[in-house]
Amino acid sequence: MSRVTKFAGRDPGPGARVAGFMAHLRAHGFALGVAETGTALAALGAVEASDPSEARAALRAVCAGRAEDVERFDTLFDSFWMDAGRVRQKTVPSDNKNKSDDMRATRKDAGETEAEGTGTIQAPGGSGGGGAESDGVGRLVASDVKNLMKKDLRDLVDPEDIRQAEEVAVRLGQALRDRRSRRRKAARRGRAVDFRRTIRKAVATGGVPLRLARRNRPDRPVKIVALCDVSGSMLVYARPFLAFLAGLMRADAASDAYLFHTRLVRIADALREEDPMRALNRVTLMAEGIGGGSCIGGALTHFATTYARRFVDGRSVVIILSDGYDSDPPDHMAAGLQALKRRGCRIVWLNPLKGWQGYEPIARGMAAALPYLDLFEAANTLEALASLDQKLGAI
Amino acid sequence: MTYLDLQKDLAEQGYVASDDLAMALHLAVTLGRPLLLEGAAGVGKTEIARALAAARDTRLIRLQCYEGLDAAQAIYEWNYQRQLLAIQASGKTGKEAEAQIFSEDYLLERPLLQAIRQDISPVLLIDEIDRADEEFEAYLLEVLADFQITVPELGTITAKSRPLVILTANGTRDLSDALRRRCLYAHVDYPDRKTELAILDARCPGLSAALAGQIVGFVQDLRKEDLVKKPGVAEMLDFAAALSGLGVADLTEDPAALMAAMATLLKTEADRGAVPAEVAQRLAGRAA
Repeated sequence: MSRVTKFAGRDPGPGARVAGFMAHLRAHGFALGVAETGTALAALGAVEASDPSEARAALRAVCAGRAEDVERFDTLFDSFWMDAGRVRQKTVPSDNKNKSDDMRATRKDAGETEAEGTGTIQAPGGSGGGGAESDGVGRLVASDVKNLMKKDLRDLVDPEDIRQAEEVAVRLGQALRDRRSRRRKAARRGRAVDFRRTIRKAVATGGVPLRLARRNRPDRPVKIVALCDVSGSMLVYARPFLAFLAGLMRADAASDAYLFHTRLVRIADALREEDPMRALNRVTLMAEGIGGGSCIGGALTHFATTYARRFVDGRSVVIILSDGYDSDPPDHMAAGLQALKRRGCRIVWLNPLKGWQGYEPIARGMAAALPYLDLFEAANTLEALASLDQKLGAI
Repeated sequence: MTYLDLQKDLAEQGYVASDDLAMALHLAVTLGRPLLLEGAAGVGKTEIARALAAARDTRLIRLQCYEGLDAAQAIYEWNYQRQLLAIQASGKTGKEAEAQIFSEDYLLERPLLQAIRQDISPVLLIDEIDRADEEFEAYLLEVLADFQITVPELGTITAKSRPLVILTANGTRDLSDALRRRCLYAHVDYPDRKTELAILDARCPGLSAALAGQIVGFVQDLRKEDLVKKPGVAEMLDFAAALSGLGVADLTEDPAALMAAMATLLKTEADRGAVPAEVAQRLAGRAA
């Protein structure tokens, strides 16, 4: 083990150092607040803090919150406290960098919405960078890409589709009712007797429970979160899927929608625009790079670490609409799905290719994804989506 | 008192705690914070609470979580039958009757309320918190924050002594960050060979050193196999008890007895199939 870090002479003291360590952990993705710094100091006060192994164990108990944190803690501890006599520059973790890059991209994108009319030429260039990484997929569809780039989503989807899709979305929403609740709430009609309220009422009738109060299981709607792949290989299916997203957004106020190709874009708010055609136009502008390469793994990981924290919980069903042809390594996809699964949600993957005769999920990414899916089904038209309600109800 | 003292106290109760775990427990005791224990089933998470209660000579109050657990089972409930009888017997109505039946006498304490009304700080074990639903988790956060419970008819009941709270989870669903933040954390893993030998020695003192070594080696190797459900510490102890019950003194000597005793280790059909007699023999041979 290397020596204990010697801090600079002007270092303000142990409190500040521990605060610095907490910031160091925070920068590496630990969920720690100000209160934890206080706890950490209290914990160090309760042990022999001058002994590195005791301090390490004490801080680990306070700072780590899950098994992965425990694994990473030792390295982080070493890099801060055991750095052979030098105060190390805080290194920004690579995944964090990615995240901030993506965020910037999204923000820039939103800013560019108005300027888009003149900026179409940039679109292919913008996705070109992504395309280079995703060579394997990009080449297959290269010739189509140019044409479709210019295509507007409004040409792909017509209002009639959206109306139909709304009905489909309502049906699916009803099928996806959350039946897991075993708690009961007071209700006018219900299967169980609410003893507490019954007794209260019985006081008035001299202890004879004339009126039985009842309780029932509350109805818990699920939140549907749809992620739609709009990379080049998926464009043929964009019509039903985008219509489905638009319909879903309009039918169910709690649902959420995203598009991804090499980036991930949240389109829920745009799709809620009153006029469906205008909504699609907004999405076209936001989702610059439609029909480019696909980084499913990256997009899923990004989703799981950012939006999912806010919008996905145990009562969500995440529907992924994609063919699974990924230019990222398959373990990215597995890692992304695993992180997503940890939110407690159910994951449904609808793959248009699965409908093909003799299809096997041999795309490496798809094979890696299978263990994390609650349902893996075929869907390439609105009718196919509509017929899924029974299967979705079963998960 | 340092964590080493605590480790020793636990060892006297037959629980061999690793340094990390002992430190986490020590901090939970000194800082008065709840401790969240995670780890695979069968690594002895529940046992820790039992040993800790015994070492501190206090009561262990256990709340087993399950899906649909609600306030009536976790906190308190009124004794409805007695209430009904009391109203009828007294013949009172209205306010008078209410005052009578909503009093302490008719209150049934459930684990959480029980835990905060003890004179001596007890150990409160909230087992398998990940099985309860989110609503209960949220409520629990409230209780863990200020250790008081409000019964509308009686008012707020504040803790006489703060219980030492231990929560266990094994990943049925992910716990909220808020709960994780409020707790100290320790990940309990399968013990290493040395620790497991110490556990076996503490629990089954009669075993010969050679057989104990074989048993631990066998189980440790078995955990490296690709199994659906890896045998935990409890299974290992059952295995040892089964072997001594069958009168086996050497794992390699009687393949039939070994296979019979394996019933205590492998609990699924797939796992039984994955470890046929030859593999078991090979593992036993290596452990010997």
